[in-house]
Amino acid sequence: MTTNPSSSTPIIEIRNVHKVFGSGPDRVVALQDVNLTIHAGEFISIVGPSGCGKSTLLRLISDLLQATQGEIRVNNKTPHQARLDRDYGFVFQAPTLYEWRTVHRNVRLPLEVMQVERSQWGERVAKMLSMVGLDDFHNHYPWQLSGGMQQRVSIARALVFDPPMLLMDEPFGALDEFTRENMNLELLRIWEQMGKTIVFVTHSIPEAVFLSSRVVVMSPRPGRIASVVPIDLPYPRTFETRESERYFELMTEVRETLKEEFTKAV
Amino acid sequence: MAESLTSAPEQALVGGVLASSGLRKGLTIVGALLAVIVVWEGSIALFDLPEYKLPHLLTILQAFVEPTPKGPVYQLLLRDALYTGFEAVAGFLIGGVLGFLLAVLFIHSPLLERGLLPYVIASQTVPIIAVAPMVVVGMGQLGAPPWLSKAIIAAYLTFFPVTINVLRGFTSVERDALDLMRSYAATKAQIFFKLRLPASVPYLFTALKISATASVIGAIIGELPVGSTRGLGVQIVYGSQFNTFNPGFLWATIIAASLLGMAFYGVVALAERFLVRWRHP
Repeated sequence: MTTNPSSSTPIIEIRNVHKVFGSGPDRVVALQDVNLTIHAGEFISIVGPSGCGKSTLLRLISDLLQATQGEIRVNNKTPHQARLDRDYGFVFQAPTLYEWRTVHRNVRLPLEVMQVERSQWGERVAKMLSMVGLDDFHNHYPWQLSGGMQQRVSIARALVFDPPMLLMDEPFGALDEFTRENMNLELLRIWEQMGKTIVFVTHSIPEAVFLSSRVVVMSPRPGRIASVVPIDLPYPRTFETRESERYFELMTEVRETLKEEFTKAV
Repeated sequence: MAESLTSAPEQALVGGVLASSGLRKGLTIVGALLAVIVVWEGSIALFDLPEYKLPHLLTILQAFVEPTPKGPVYQLLLRDALYTGFEAVAGFLIGGVLGFLLAVLFIHSPLLERGLLPYVIASQTVPIIAVAPMVVVGMGQLGAPPWLSKAIIAAYLTFFPVTINVLRGFTSVERDALDLMRSYAATKAQIFFKLRLPASVPYLFTALKISATASVIGAIIGELPVGSTRGLGVQIVYGSQFNTFNPGFLWATIIAASLLGMAFYGVVALAERFLVRWRHP
């Protein structure tokens, strides 16, 4: 599936958003005047140094935090309503699996909470675990799995209730390079198969450029959007893509933008 | 089922090692017992202790089998141990439930926690030996069955570790785990039953293991005041009164009480292993 996402409908709109934490001398401006439109079916990455507010932005979209100023529309609703309607699945940096549940029951958790019809549970869980390649691990406990496998369970769990959007906060940050590259390919495969909108936060430039159709570059605190780099690499992207000249050019473009922002801030 | 991680010869080796680790465990226990015997008898010899201060181990063993009008001593002690055990279990259950409910209250109302916690802590600093007679006599006057006052004292010693540990278990939940639930728009009840409650189980068992022995102590303390007729605490009072004539008996009752506490602890530890199977060994 290789659609042109920028021509489809906007699914997330961020207008003049500010986020301030604390007050007085401890006041921190995490985000300042952020404007962004994300289209349905798009894979968009947000990249920037630590503390630039990219995770905060993701949490504003997901209503896990509220903006101090400005407007966010998610799926044509307020973030709060989108959360109540379960319009997104969230994948955290740590797998955040419940250690007292087996893999199967962990993936089943959102279906239980959302009171999806019981008869559907088994099939949906099996389908998702199959999609992430963990068919044989239904009855394992989290501690028996490697970091990469745990994250795959976390992704299966985020998709099991079929939300239109996937919000991912540096999901592969704790993994080694090889696992990370493999997971990137897996994620792209899942994206192509399921057609979800994916908002992917990372501090890795290679990852951002490899995965997405657009890369949002953020500046260090106070967080602003420095630039949005369109990535014109063709889908499906493969191992070979990583070795192409265009890939390096685009990475350099992103890197240069980031460097500029850094020197401006200093 | 995942592929086996070891080949057949490796499995045999692993089996052998496990068997020898069981052997090692047994040897450690026997070794500890021997050490106790050596220190015990050695102290008697070294400090020239008379029987009423520290009887020989043999004397204690003889006291266990000594015949009485109602049967051999060990039989009496067993009957009393069961009675005390019953009081301890009742107190354990009452205190456990109470302690747990208090923790549930505190996690959902920080205001109540700040207000009540100091009083809860203060309640534990009151010397239980002083309070016990009041409780026993008071409840007797109210017409309560005799075992209940002892169970209440056992509950008194039980609930505090449960409250503190379970509360810690509830608050040990990570930010991300909570955010995950929020991203599902989960209700407060769902967050409690699907996240906080299961997360608190290991902490609960830590407290229950402490409470197992504490409730036995509580039940015995409840039996010490005058007026009690059954239980190990009563036997301990008799034993200390007649210590100069029969020093072995007092130590026999102490050992019986200790065995009761250990048995109770063992049951709780077994329950933990059964209920907390997901633990990383």
